[in-house]
Amino acid sequence: MNLTLKIWRQADANDKGKMVDYKVTEISEHMSFLEMMDVLNEQLVNSGKEPVAFDHDCREGICGMCSMYINGEAHGPDRGVTTCQLHMRMFKDGDTITIEPFRAKAFPVIKDLVVDRSAFDRIQHAGGYISVNTSGNTQDANSIPISKHAADEAMDAATCIGCGACVASCKNASAMLFVGAKVSQYALLPQGQIEAADRVRNMVAQMDLEGFGNCTNTGACEVECPKGISLENIARMNRELLKANI
Amino acid sequence: MSGFFKSSIGRKYAMALSAFFLMFFLLQHLAINLLSVFSANAFNEASHFMGTFWAVQYVLQPVLIFGVIYHFVMGFILEIKNRNARAVKYAKNNGAANSSWMSRNMIYSGLAILAFLVLHFIDFWLPEINTKYIQGDMSGLLADGEGFRYYEELTHKFVSPIRVGAYIIAFVFLSLHLQHGFNSAFQSVGAPVGRKKVMKNIGKAYAILVPLGFVLIALYHHFNH
Repeated sequence: MNLTLKIWRQADANDKGKMVDYKVTEISEHMSFLEMMDVLNEQLVNSGKEPVAFDHDCREGICGMCSMYINGEAHGPDRGVTTCQLHMRMFKDGDTITIEPFRAKAFPVIKDLVVDRSAFDRIQHAGGYISVNTSGNTQDANSIPISKHAADEAMDAATCIGCGACVASCKNASAMLFVGAKVSQYALLPQGQIEAADRVRNMVAQMDLEGFGNCTNTGACEVECPKGISLENIARMNRELLKANI
Repeated sequence: MSGFFKSSIGRKYAMALSAFFLMFFLLQHLAINLLSVFSANAFNEASHFMGTFWAVQYVLQPVLIFGVIYHFVMGFILEIKNRNARAVKYAKNNGAANSSWMSRNMIYSGLAILAFLVLHFIDFWLPEINTKYIQGDMSGLLADGEGFRYYEELTHKFVSPIRVGAYIIAFVFLSLHLQHGFNSAFQSVGAPVGRKKVMKNIGKAYAILVPLGFVLIALYHHFNH
């Protein structure tokens, strides 16, 4: 298929940036979206132009690196996938595809489609962990009884890959689905409950400090999340914060 | 606890709590308005009680005014903060793919409700305050002293088709606001409503039936007086 691409080009963080049109031809419908981007970049390199910078790593939907806001949606029009898992069969011959970086004040553009998502790392550092004495007499985690329901819910929350699609999709650029998932995965398990109050207080404080917007419960994040993280995690975080402050 | 209400989530709680109070207020307002359809006397009695009972006038009324102002002011503050969280807008954004129109436009439905409330205050509340607290007439009686004035005033207001039209438009916006707001308030206080169909249906029923009730009462009086 032959496509027109409207891509955000921005030389560096200080550049104003603009949308630039490109044509790509003979794209196979079996290609992934990133492979299509590879074809474009080969084309640009061969003609002596600067290739489009975009994040990618594992290319199998696990690492959360690939971002891109494609035709008005984070990771494009498909559901439950990252951009590397998005196939060109979702598009038609002759389509015009708009490709932008994830937009949020807390995710500044580094170059073209690459954004700085280290705000998520700082939120994790604020409390997204448990403190364990590893002096040699650590208890085997499997010896602590955990209900199947809690284990499943914690695992569901832990599937968050921190890609930032929730922030990109939210009309308020809110990070509450990400933080909700990280708070939940520990709050649901006995190992996480000892530091639960400090964790939620510190992570929410860091989230606010980073300049993310506030959640207005539109549910866009849940729909666009490649891992199907549920809004229940935001409700749980809200309960946890209230509990921590009473 | 003061730090809690300064946090983004604390503000969500505060917005939700004021919303719960306003939604409860709407229900009791509808119940009293409904009386006007079935019995002018019952409506007059209820209105006189609400208009003169100290706990309603000096406790609930200030709480209501505070609740309304807080909900609007905090709504605007959060909207501005949220807009600032995305300095550069998307060239192409497909919001309809992942969220409802109502959820994305709460500020606009809220502004329409605010415009209506200003009119409603001028229409009903200010004359009430003037009669009772400036002129000092707490009797609730008509000028000729023959019975209560409340039913007469209500039906008189609904004679004008322009006022009834504005009233209907305002309640359409109220319904749109509530269609997202009802369940959003529960989600904000941490109730796990995301996947509970029953709560979603209760929210939808409330958001449609309550505004519809107000509209039908207005139409009833418009066509019967």
